[in-house]
Amino acid sequence: MTLVTLKIRRYDPELSEDAFWQSFEVPVESGDRLLDALHHVKWYLDGSLTFRRSCAHGVCGSDAMRVNGVNRLACKVLIKDLGDEITVEPLKGLPTMKDLLVDMEPFFDAFRAVKPFLMTSGNAPTRERLQSAEDRARFDDTTKCIMCAACTTACPIFWNDDQYFGPQAIVMAHRFIFDSRDEGAEERLEILNDKEGVWRCRTTFNCTDACPRGIEVTKAIQEVKRALIFHHT
Amino acid sequence: MTVIEAPRSRARSRTSFEMYSWIFMRMSGLLLVVLVLGHLLIMNVLDGGVQRVNWGFVAGRWASPFWRTWDLMQLWLAELHGTNGLRTVINDYAVRDSTRFWLKMLLYTSAFLVLVLGTLVIFTFDPSMK
Repeated sequence: MTLVTLKIRRYDPELSEDAFWQSFEVPVESGDRLLDALHHVKWYLDGSLTFRRSCAHGVCGSDAMRVNGVNRLACKVLIKDLGDEITVEPLKGLPTMKDLLVDMEPFFDAFRAVKPFLMTSGNAPTRERLQSAEDRARFDDTTKCIMCAACTTACPIFWNDDQYFGPQAIVMAHRFIFDSRDEGAEERLEILNDKEGVWRCRTTFNCTDACPRGIEVTKAIQEVKRALIFHHT
Repeated sequence: MTVIEAPRSRARSRTSFEMYSWIFMRMSGLLLVVLVLGHLLIMNVLDGGVQRVNWGFVAGRWASPFWRTWDLMQLWLAELHGTNGLRTVINDYAVRDSTRFWLKMLLYTSAFLVLVLGTLVIFTFDPSMK
């Protein structure tokens, strides 16, 4: 059992307009995750600390936050990899509602705007829509997204321009654009050809570094750009 | 709590301006590597280097339409490439709409002046003028 310092960005609009830093000394085991330390603060030190978490095992994507300056899932990152003083902030670029809790609606709006659902024409088949293993592999990487917003809120373009679709929406579009069963590729490509679409990407790779699922986000964005230029998916 | 505007432009522009600008940056970049490196080599390294460059040297070079075209392409591509690059930098970094507008106006005005002056010189250069 060792002690680490959690330096947390606190904000409560009902108390003050200003955010401030608050430090907590937290006892941790060597295998503890950051989420365990946050639980310790909430359960034993300050019950008012607010953050999202649901499954706590890196699947639901609820607890993305800025840890030591980079976006991570609190439930996936280990304390032993973070040092003795750990700074924890809410995701950047989305409005902070309280402490580590951000308003995800602008993020979901961008997600909805790319039509993230199967689009087909004609009568529905009476059995499954079959797909070869090769066709499935084409978009396998982008099916891994858990919509935690770590990529979009790591993007320096999104920080300054909240109208930019952001990496996640493009990843989600990629998942359908390159799906052989889907017929909405042209429509989605047209949506992302917007001035706030894929051409806004500066390939800084922040999104790829931030993704807790290891999705090659920047590569997916480049593939969408290529599909727009050469018109084949 | 800050309210973020309704996302993305509702009235979507049907032009592919941003795509063509993106492609232009790559194509002009490739061409400029050849043009500019060639220019630097000829002007500064080959045949006595920069010491030999004078009025007569320029007059001799520009007697050939090939070098006039080379310099004209270099001027236009470099100016438009740089302007477009700065345009995206302004889009990325200017926070207020008015700042963005005025920075771009300044940029476009300067680009226009450089292009017009440069083109004028290349086309109207007269080796015998005093």
